[in-house]
Amino acid sequence: MTFVADNPLATPLTRHLPLAAGLLLAFVAVPAFASDYVIEAILLPFLALSLAGLGLNLLTGYTGQVSLGSAAFMAVGAFAAFNLEHRIDWLPLPVSILLAGLTAAAVGLVFGLPSLRLRGFYLAVSTLAAQFFVQWALTKFGWFSNYSASGIISAPSLHVFGISLDGTAGRYLFALSTTALITLFVHRLVISPIGANLIAVRDNETAARVIGVPVLRTKLAVFALSSAIIGIAGAIWAFAYLRTVEPAGFNLDRSFQILFIVIIGGLATVRGAFLGAALIVIFPLLLSRFTGLAFDGVADAGVLKLIERIFFGAVIIAFLIAEPNGLSAILSRITRRFTR
Amino acid sequence: MSIFKRLAPALLAATILAGGVTTVHADDQHFPLQSYRVGPYAAGGTGFFGGFIDYLNLINTRDGGVNGVKLTWSEGETEYEVEKGVEVYQRLKTNPGIAAWNPLSVGIAYAMLDGITADKVPLITINHGRTDTTDGRVFPYAFPLLLNPYSETSGIVNYIAAKEGGLEALKGKKIAVLYHGSPYGKETIPIYELLAEKYGFSLVQIEVPHPGSEQQSQWLQIRQERPDYVVLRGWGVMNPVALSTAQRNGFPADHIIGNVWSNSEEDVTPAGDAAIGYTAITTQASGKEYPVLQEIIKTVYGAGQGNLADQARIGSVYHNLGIVNGILNVEAVRIAQGKFGNRTLTGDEVRWGFEHLQLTPERVKELGAENLFHSINVTYDNHEGEGYVTFQQWDGQKWNVVSDWIAPDWVLLRPIIEKSSEAYAAEKGLTLRTEADAENVSQ
Repeated sequence: MTFVADNPLATPLTRHLPLAAGLLLAFVAVPAFASDYVIEAILLPFLALSLAGLGLNLLTGYTGQVSLGSAAFMAVGAFAAFNLEHRIDWLPLPVSILLAGLTAAAVGLVFGLPSLRLRGFYLAVSTLAAQFFVQWALTKFGWFSNYSASGIISAPSLHVFGISLDGTAGRYLFALSTTALITLFVHRLVISPIGANLIAVRDNETAARVIGVPVLRTKLAVFALSSAIIGIAGAIWAFAYLRTVEPAGFNLDRSFQILFIVIIGGLATVRGAFLGAALIVIFPLLLSRFTGLAFDGVADAGVLKLIERIFFGAVIIAFLIAEPNGLSAILSRITRRFTR
Repeated sequence: MSIFKRLAPALLAATILAGGVTTVHADDQHFPLQSYRVGPYAAGGTGFFGGFIDYLNLINTRDGGVNGVKLTWSEGETEYEVEKGVEVYQRLKTNPGIAAWNPLSVGIAYAMLDGITADKVPLITINHGRTDTTDGRVFPYAFPLLLNPYSETSGIVNYIAAKEGGLEALKGKKIAVLYHGSPYGKETIPIYELLAEKYGFSLVQIEVPHPGSEQQSQWLQIRQERPDYVVLRGWGVMNPVALSTAQRNGFPADHIIGNVWSNSEEDVTPAGDAAIGYTAITTQASGKEYPVLQEIIKTVYGAGQGNLADQARIGSVYHNLGIVNGILNVEAVRIAQGKFGNRTLTGDEVRWGFEHLQLTPERVKELGAENLFHSINVTYDNHEGEGYVTFQQWDGQKWNVVSDWIAPDWVLLRPIIEKSSEAYAAEKGLTLRTEADAENVSQ
C-alpha cells in the first residue's frame, strides 16, 4: 500500500479528466436533473458519511490510530454549528461550520491525549469514552439543545451571502462544496511531507522518531484534524441532510458505520472513503428495493430485512476476501487494466 | 464477480428509476406508512401499523372506501431509525393522493417537519410528538392527536388525585417520577415541578440511564424517600426491570403508574407476577369487545386479510392505538370530503379535515368505538384535540380499565405550550396563523 493511491503510470490528462468530468456532473448535472429522492435520500447521506470517512481515514488509515468515537465528534460538530448559528446571528454559515470544526478539533484533542500512551485495542476502547461522554453531556445539559423540550432540535435555515440554501439543490450544493474543498485539502495534505510523517507513525513509531518525525505532535495534530473534519461532516449530516439533530442519532452504531466505510473503502486512500460510503449508503437501498420486488407478498417485512442483512454481510465478506485493501484497490486494478 | 460488476450499474439505474413497486391509483386516497416491523421497537410497530391497516381494510371491504374513494397504503421499513424514515419519506412522497403521514416516531417526525410543511400534507403524531406542535397557529400541518406529553403528565396527576379523593388531597403527598435518561424522558420534568407547586405535593424525579436494565440504586433511593406513588416514564426494557426491582424492594405495584410508553403488554409480561396490579395511562382502552374490533375480526381477519401475524395480539394496546389512529385519519378524510366533495383530496384539504376533526362521544359510538376512546375536538389552533385519558390495571393476563375518562388540565398547560411555539415562530420568522388563514385551502 503506497500513500499515493493514484496510478503512477497515468498521464496528467487521463488522471485529471475523470475528476473534472465527475465534478462537472456533480455540480451541474445533478442539481439540474436528479430527482429529490436521489439527492435527499442517497447523495446527501453519501456526502456526509464520505466526509466523516475521510476524516477517520486520516486518523485510522494514514496514522494507524483506531477510533470508535467518530459519531461523538459528528455530534459535537452538529451541536456546535447549531449553537453558533442560533446564538450568534450575524455569523456567516461557512464561518460557523468552520468554528464547529474547530470545536470538534478541541474535543478531539482532549480525547486524543490517551493516544500518546495507548495503542491498538486499548486506544480504541479509550475513544469509546468520547462516544459515551459526548452523548451523555448533550442529553444532560439542556443548554446544548437550547432547552428544547424534547431534546431534538430543528436546523436553522441556511443562508450564504444572502442566498437561501434551504431547498434540496441548495443543501446539496452546500454539502458538495464543503466536501469537495475538504477533500482537496486532505489530498494535498497526504501527498505532502506531512502525509509521509503520518504513514511513518503508523508503520513504526520508533523508526519514525529515529528519522526525526515528531511523533507525539503528529498524533495529536491528526486527532484534532480528523475530529474537525468529522465534526463538519456531522454539521452537514444535521443541517443539510436530516434538518434535525438528536443526540441518539450519533450513537455507537454510527461510529462503527464510519469505521466500516473506511475499512471497506480502503485504508489510507482518499477515494476509499467515498467508495465505502457509496457501498454503505446505496447498496442497502438497492437491496431493499430488489427484495421488495422479488419477494413482494411472499415474505413479510421482517423476514425480508433479515435476508437483506445476511446478503449484505456476505457481500462485505466477499469483497474483503477478494481484496483486503478495499474497494479502492479493486478500482485501481480495473483502471490499470484499462490504461495499460 | 465480473458479471455482478457489469450488471450493477444497470441494476442501480433500473431500481432507482422504477422507484419500487406501488399499486397506487390517482383516484385513491393514499397513506404512505413508515412502519417498523424489525428492530428493537418491532412490537410497537407491528401492533400500531397492523391496527391502522386493519381499519383501512375494514373501511374498504365493508363500506367500499370512504364515500366510494378507496383507501390505499404502501409501507417502507424504518427500523425506527431517523435516516431510514427520511429515505422512506422521500421514496413515497411522490405517490399520488397522499392523505397524511403517520410515522409513530418523534425523531422521524422532526426530520419531516420542514418537508411536509412545504408539501402541505398533514403529519399525525398520535399520543406523542413535539408538544408545541399542539399550537396550530405555528404548526399548520403537525397534529399530536389525543395526547401530548404535557397533557399526559397532567392526566396522571389528576388520576392520582382522583384515587386520593380530590386535588386537595394531593397536599402533603409525595410522588416519585422515575424517568428514562433521554430527551424523551426529561421532557416532562418542568411540568411535574409546576404541578407539584400548584397542588402542594412533594416530588422526587430520578433518572434511569438508558437502557435501564439495572435500577437497584434508583429503587434504593425510592425506598428511602418513601413516596406514595411512583410514576414510571419508561421506555423499552426499563419498564419490566422497574417492576421487578420494585417487587424486590417491596414497593407495591398498584402504586406504580406508567405513562403512555410504559403501557403495553410488552412492558409488563417480562416482569411476570411483579407486574400484577401495575396501572398505566392510555388514550384507548385495550380488549376486543368493542363493535369496531368485532367487525375487524369478522370482516378482515375472517377473510384472511388481517395484518397481525399473531391473532392473539388483536385488541392489544398498540393494535387498538393503530385502530383509533385509523378512525381519526378516516374521519378527517370524511369530514374534508363533506366540504370539498367525495373525491381524492389534496393533503391540504385533508389538513382542513383534521382541523375540523370533532367527534363527540355519540359520533364515536356510531363508529363502534364507544369506550375504546372518548372523543376528540381538534380546531385550527388546538391540534391535540382535548383527548381524554383512562387508566388500565394489569391482572397478569390482560389490562382492565379501572378509571373513568379523565380530562387533563389543558387550560393550565396551554400558556406553556404557546410560549414554546411562539419562541419557535420567532426563531423561524413565522407569522401566527389565524382562523381565516386556516380556511384558505390549496386544491
